[in-house]
Amino acid sequence: MSLRPVSEPLHVVQSRRDAALDWLVAAVPYVGFLGAGFERRGDELTALLPFQDMLIGNPVLPALHGGATAAFMEVTAIIELAWAALWEDIEAGRIDPSAAGASPVLPKTIDFSVDYLRSGLPRDAYARARVTRSGRRYASVHVECWQDNRAKPIAMATGHFLMPEIG
Amino acid sequence: MPDMDDAMDDVLTRARAFISALPHSRALGMQVDRFGGGHAVLSMPWDARLVGDPATGVLHGGAISALIDTASGASVMSHPTAPTSTATLDLRIDYMRPATPGQTVTAHAHCFHITRTVAFVRVTATDDDKDRPVATGSAAFTLTGAVGVI
Repeated sequence: MSLRPVSEPLHVVQSRRDAALDWLVAAVPYVGFLGAGFERRGDELTALLPFQDMLIGNPVLPALHGGATAAFMEVTAIIELAWAALWEDIEAGRIDPSAAGASPVLPKTIDFSVDYLRSGLPRDAYARARVTRSGRRYASVHVECWQDNRAKPIAMATGHFLMPEIG
Repeated sequence: MPDMDDAMDDVLTRARAFISALPHSRALGMQVDRFGGGHAVLSMPWDARLVGDPATGVLHGGAISALIDTASGASVMSHPTAPTSTATLDLRIDYMRPATPGQTVTAHAHCFHITRTVAFVRVTATDDDKDRPVATGSAAFTLTGAVGVI
């Protein structure tokens, strides 16, 4: 492993990681459509879905659209998976987001299964994904989505993904 | 039977009004093509904003999920037991192949079994090639206000 020296200045490390994350997220137009974003602490990602009216599926309650929640969780899984797969390359400086034509090859969803636990309130939602199994070709990911209370998820999901061919 | 046709048109008109009142479905450009008897067919035109991978122009799975979820919920509402409202309990989607860029995706949902409290749905989504599904789904929905199993 050719990881960078520990003495590397903090701002260099941070900007390299942030640039890589921005590059990854920008590669998926649908993230922009949902208005979702990602926050990073070290290698841990938290996805954010700021509330907007167009995410509503039940105007009477009102409640978030189940499809919007599912899409948000699926995006969270894909970005987490790509991020985890690219982490060593990012740290080794082998990824150059500024290079022309450089766009990440993303995992493809094979199946995605969502359990809806509570109705999504008209406010911001968050999600975190955990890669439960990562193989050369297939990966399994678990996602939790919550709003005000981390201990009361509004939905949980598991999905299987086909990993991009390397090389 | 003109009266019957009028009644069907009226149901479809009300279903269209209902779906177009759902902000997220409207944002995704969904249309109701068929509604009634536990069947709902909804379509969603290709749109650059909904792409998952710009290199291929293929729609994001999330957009397909939203279409499938909406069609599923609509099939429950179209069931003869006439539930007044429904919410998704769980939804599983299998993605068979990428939807062809530029083509409208259509989801046909069938609410094939209903109890007093739960509705079960199967869905198939296709693009122009109707013989090869883009995705299939199965879902369970909560029910309120159904008049009972017919």
